[in-house]
Amino acid sequence: MMSGAEMVVRALTQIGVKHIFGYPGGAVLDIYDALFEAEGIEHILVRHEQAAAHMADGYARATGEVGTVLVTSGPGATNTITGIATAYMDSIPMVILSGQVPTSVIGEDAFQECDMVGCSRPVVKHSFLVKKAEDIPATIAKAYHIAATGRPGPVVVDLPKDIVNPKEKHPYTFPDSVHMRSYNPNVKGHRGQIKKALNTLLAAKKPVLYIGGGAIAANCSDLITAFAERLNLPVTNTLMGLGAFPGTHKQCVGMLGMHGTYEANKTMHNSDVIFALGARFDDRVTNNVQKFCPNATILHVDIDPTSISKTVSAHVPIVGSVDQVLTDMTEMLDVSGDSIDAQALTTWWQQIEEWRGQNCLAYEKSDKVIKPQQVIESLYKATKGEAYVSSDVGQHQMFGALYYPFAKPRRWINSGGLGTMGFGFPAAMGVKVALPESVSVCITGDGSIQMNIQELSTCMQYGIPVKIISLNNQALGMVRQWQDLIYGGRHSHSYMESLPDFVKLVEAYGHVGIRVSDPADLDEAMEKCFAMKDKLVFMDILVDQNEHVYPMQIKFGAMEDMLLSKPESK
Amino acid sequence: MRRILSVLLENEPGALSRIVGLFSQRGYNIENLTVAPTDDETLSRLTVTTTGDNRVIEQITKQVNKLVDVLKVQDITEGEHIERELMLIKVKAESSEDRIEMKGLSDIFRAQIVDVTSSTYVVQLAGTTAKLDAFIEAIRTETEILEVSRTGVTGLSRGEKSLRA
Repeated sequence: MMSGAEMVVRALTQIGVKHIFGYPGGAVLDIYDALFEAEGIEHILVRHEQAAAHMADGYARATGEVGTVLVTSGPGATNTITGIATAYMDSIPMVILSGQVPTSVIGEDAFQECDMVGCSRPVVKHSFLVKKAEDIPATIAKAYHIAATGRPGPVVVDLPKDIVNPKEKHPYTFPDSVHMRSYNPNVKGHRGQIKKALNTLLAAKKPVLYIGGGAIAANCSDLITAFAERLNLPVTNTLMGLGAFPGTHKQCVGMLGMHGTYEANKTMHNSDVIFALGARFDDRVTNNVQKFCPNATILHVDIDPTSISKTVSAHVPIVGSVDQVLTDMTEMLDVSGDSIDAQALTTWWQQIEEWRGQNCLAYEKSDKVIKPQQVIESLYKATKGEAYVSSDVGQHQMFGALYYPFAKPRRWINSGGLGTMGFGFPAAMGVKVALPESVSVCITGDGSIQMNIQELSTCMQYGIPVKIISLNNQALGMVRQWQDLIYGGRHSHSYMESLPDFVKLVEAYGHVGIRVSDPADLDEAMEKCFAMKDKLVFMDILVDQNEHVYPMQIKFGAMEDMLLSKPESK
Repeated sequence: MRRILSVLLENEPGALSRIVGLFSQRGYNIENLTVAPTDDETLSRLTVTTTGDNRVIEQITKQVNKLVDVLKVQDITEGEHIERELMLIKVKAESSEDRIEMKGLSDIFRAQIVDVTSSTYVVQLAGTTAKLDAFIEAIRTETEILEVSRTGVTGLSRGEKSLRA
């Protein structure tokens, strides 16, 4: 016999939860009391619940395991909403345990009452309001099952205070396995469709492999690499798919989309067959869908049927997990011994190399002011390309995505779908908690970092020595870039006046701050930063305020319509 | 194009709000909606009438199917089907000519007068949406309509095809 609160902790232990990111409060005090003596679970007390969700998110992205959040009712719960929405958009497995007022007062506007199931409904994969203590173990088991399987996503479990009452004991039964008649995600693709897709691909003269976050969720980078090498296919990764195919590979044409490389967008636009694996033809990829890749036959593999033919119609849709489908396809290839038109591929590659020759990521260095691109290159050198890099949202995110080629999956951690400023730092903390031996870096800017800067305190309390690389341009750089290009240079409210002295600020929290403004000092400062393994180091790097991210697709245009540098001023 | 979707879902609190929320969140239309438990009390059957081109309907079907509480979705308008809607309509019925006229009209439409007072009738009519609309139009020319309550469309596909768990 056990209380509801004890059941929560026991169920989490049985599932194998090692870390919880949370914040206590009235409705969850009983659960916290049960957690006090729990063995095998470490709780990280955050400074704001939004950050707890982002930490659990970073934790999940780096490991593939389900992240866990524990918060109280009302504001505790609502503060996690941005974090939940971030995870939902990027299909990240997460379970959020939220306290709730006692069932007897639900609906009476009780103190710290909020309809969490209702508030979170549009941004969760599923949610539960538990009404009986006996249901706790089975519900928590279901929540983790749903979060991790199919297309992963966040699941909320709302726990009213009366059902976790420590004075009332109930029998505890944890299910051996989870069965839900209404939930059976399809992972195995239709063999006929797979065959059809393969034949179409083999008949292609100008094919391209377009890899998204689904390939990372499916943990099949080796399979993808082998397949691409076997058929000599050019590969482009989405922002969410960076590292699924090595960015350092000669067949990689880089990221595609709004700030994709010239060669990636050109390859896509001029292709005759697009083989999409776990990508969703997002508007930041396609540009104007009416003008999207006019000559391409589209083969689309996704575990979520709603992602197929949502924005761009697929000619050969395949519902299934990327790893399963690619395994089947590779087997078919083994059996048939078929191959692709090597002659055509040679011609195609010559064309791609010509586009590559454009050298679209080249930029002009200066000896007076640090260029943001240069910072990422310096970071790459200092970390030998092996760091886990979490990013915030803005110009620095695009510079990170373009100038740090990821050779492995799960190393690039960013809010691709929701675009959440304030995500990067707590996500980097989650990575470091999950993988203490790893080098965990946050690329950020002076705008984003201030959205969750309070977590410097959490890092001090638990010894989480992440490295923060802040590209300080004293402005909201991406907003400013758009204002330069689209609003005639009217910088309406994109200038950060009265920024804090970041070095002093991090020192006040007990960490190390380094300011760099001279390009000549950059590499050395970067080396110094990473040499301090056990310290949180904040690099406040003053960069060129006028730098833009290029290439940049032209609005309403096709994929290949791009600006490669600042247009001449009119 | 008008479509009728039948949805079989878990009879649990919150399941309905997920469906309704999905429609509003993704900008889909709900023309009408009806829901009740089935012969198996753990399941509800929901019928929603919506509009959209093929692509929109395909997305709606897939999005609804994706909800964890949903077992099955069927577009019954894809094939031969039966659809019915129930209407209760309260009309002014004061003079004897009016009362005779309305009785006659009800008979033509195979409607029943289910409540009678000295000044009103409540008429009950089941049928397709078009039939109910036609009855309203017809009765409006005869008397004053006091109130109308319609259930929304429910339906089944014809023949052996059935929506079961």
